[in-house]
Amino acid sequence: MNTSLRWLRASVLTITAALVLGACAGSTEPVADATDDADAATDVPDEGTEDALEGAWPVTIAATNGDVTVVGRPQRIVSLSAASTEILFAIGAGEQVIAVDDQSNHPPEAPVTDLAAFTPNVEAILEFEPDLVFTSFDPGDLVSGLEAAGVTTIVHDAPATLDGAYAQIEQVGAVTGNLAGSAEVVATMQSDIEAIVGEVQAADATYYHELDNTYYSVTSTTFIGEIYGLLGLTSIADGADGAEFGFPQLSNEYIVEADPTFVFLADTKCCSVTADSVAERPGWGQLTAVQQGRVVELDDDVVSRWGPRIVEFLRTVADAVAQYEPAS
Amino acid sequence: MAIATSETRAAGTADAARVRATRLRPLGLGLALAILVAAVLAGVLTGAASLPARGVLAELLGAVPGVSVDSGLSERQAAILWQIRLPRVVLGALVGVALSVSGAAYQGVFRNPLADPYLLGAAAGAGLGATLAIVAGLGGDPLAVPLSAFLGALGAVAITYAVGRSIGGRSSGTIILAGVAVASFFTALQTFVQQRNSDTLREVYAWILGRLGTAGWGEVALVLPYVVVTATAIVLHRRHLDVLAVGEGEARALGMRADRIRLVVIAAATLATAAAVSVSGLIGFVGIIVPHTVRLVAGASYRVVLPLSVVLGGAFLVLADLLARTVVSPAELPIGVVTSFFGAPFFMLVLRTSRRSIS
Repeated sequence: MNTSLRWLRASVLTITAALVLGACAGSTEPVADATDDADAATDVPDEGTEDALEGAWPVTIAATNGDVTVVGRPQRIVSLSAASTEILFAIGAGEQVIAVDDQSNHPPEAPVTDLAAFTPNVEAILEFEPDLVFTSFDPGDLVSGLEAAGVTTIVHDAPATLDGAYAQIEQVGAVTGNLAGSAEVVATMQSDIEAIVGEVQAADATYYHELDNTYYSVTSTTFIGEIYGLLGLTSIADGADGAEFGFPQLSNEYIVEADPTFVFLADTKCCSVTADSVAERPGWGQLTAVQQGRVVELDDDVVSRWGPRIVEFLRTVADAVAQYEPAS
Repeated sequence: MAIATSETRAAGTADAARVRATRLRPLGLGLALAILVAAVLAGVLTGAASLPARGVLAELLGAVPGVSVDSGLSERQAAILWQIRLPRVVLGALVGVALSVSGAAYQGVFRNPLADPYLLGAAAGAGLGATLAIVAGLGGDPLAVPLSAFLGALGAVAITYAVGRSIGGRSSGTIILAGVAVASFFTALQTFVQQRNSDTLREVYAWILGRLGTAGWGEVALVLPYVVVTATAIVLHRRHLDVLAVGEGEARALGMRADRIRLVVIAAATLATAAAVSVSGLIGFVGIIVPHTVRLVAGASYRVVLPLSVVLGGAFLVLADLLARTVVSPAELPIGVVTSFFGAPFFMLVLRTSRRSIS
């Protein structure tokens, strides 16, 4: 009731605020930016260089859902993202993973459950008593629900660039205490990609990358487009993306008129599209790619995930490019 | 001001037309046919691929037996015209005919201005059928999805009709309510199957939004017989529907078997709708907008509404698909979005201009 108590409370608040702010400022320093800066991710545990490889907690990363702090080495990881699952197992965090969603079909040793990736149920996830959850998107109340239950959740959505993918892999390494593993995976990916790109003469050619059988495609500015770009290929969808969304639905006749050098089918699993069924589409017999056998069937899963297997995708494309001899 | 006067004049002529419009006048039919021809020509001449208009017209002319014209189109351009653009325009017209004539038929049979081709559960049934086929991994088969959607639509309507009849009564309200129940049940099933198989979500969604984008002559051949037979059957019942519109008592007094006529018309309209949705997915609002626009402008007699709905329904959907193909060209919009986005304001304008009761 008196002024001294009020003063005390005010000063305590001020000090607390200062501490909190300081702590925040301190922790934002080593934050890795998942969007574009791959190098920043490796700097995460600034505190100790050697210990860092074993993991130094707490670790704060800049995920899609903002800064996420992991306080200790996670032992019960649930992954609701097929890409995160592949990354976790590739960097050696596999034994910390106790459950993955129904879409995570790689690697085979991943503990697949019936957890739904697209329509996640918070209670079903909590049944596994996770200490860390990975997901690629939040349909609305997933993250808030899990955080309310005290479970740290990392949203890693599809990166826009290869560097973004590397950054994500390194972030996963940092929060799970597998920095060495993640650094090795990234280094291997980088050197493999460099080797593949170096082997193949870049082709000045175009491609149509089919996402599904209603002609959704990708532009050169997307993650997938960047990979084709490494080999000199340009998407025919570039002119079609007024919204700059990156994934326009093309018109049948536009594809036939554009006559891409290559047709890449990323819908062989989802929609049972094959090189043969493409050749039978109305008007598609006129495509040079169909006539000269440059319709390439891809594995939907490999192409739609941004894990280490993206190198396999690049190799398939590179093989097709290597066989291509421009007419002129 | 100028607009107001022309509106008033239009309404005036429409009123005058209505007084005499128990018969289809040659002028009205001629005008509607002209609109259809113009729509088809516009549809054939525009598209994502830039085909020269002169070349397209010459190519079309050259197809007339006995005429030989050098169109100057390359082999690829000719393929785009003949194998992609033309079948799409024709299919759009057929689907438009089917949806608008069956919408008009349902409105007549049930004496309900809100009746549309999906009233008795055809859309929900077709949706379930298509989803099941897609989930079963048959999405790549050009016949499986249409067939499954077709059977789903027929199945749903058959259940609706059976339930409506068994509850009894001659009231059309019972059947409509049964349709609402069956539709929500099938929609629930469809959503359940779709959610359990979320990896095929996008393909299912694309089907639900409606599409003509992957059409070829195969789809045209699939629906053509159904559309021709059912549209003819419905138009042949135009006088009966006029009598039914007055009341079932009157129909009986004139010696008509209202039940049987209703069954035949419902069956025809359902077949037409099922054939249409099987190849195009769910395209909304066509079955409402076209018949009512005809009613408002040319008169409410089914002798006018049915033939004009056939012709203008085809024209409407060809134009809607034209917009779907060109607004964001060379990307595409779902045609179901276009029919409602452009159709709804247009229809409100017609409603406002005519200031006439629709029932």
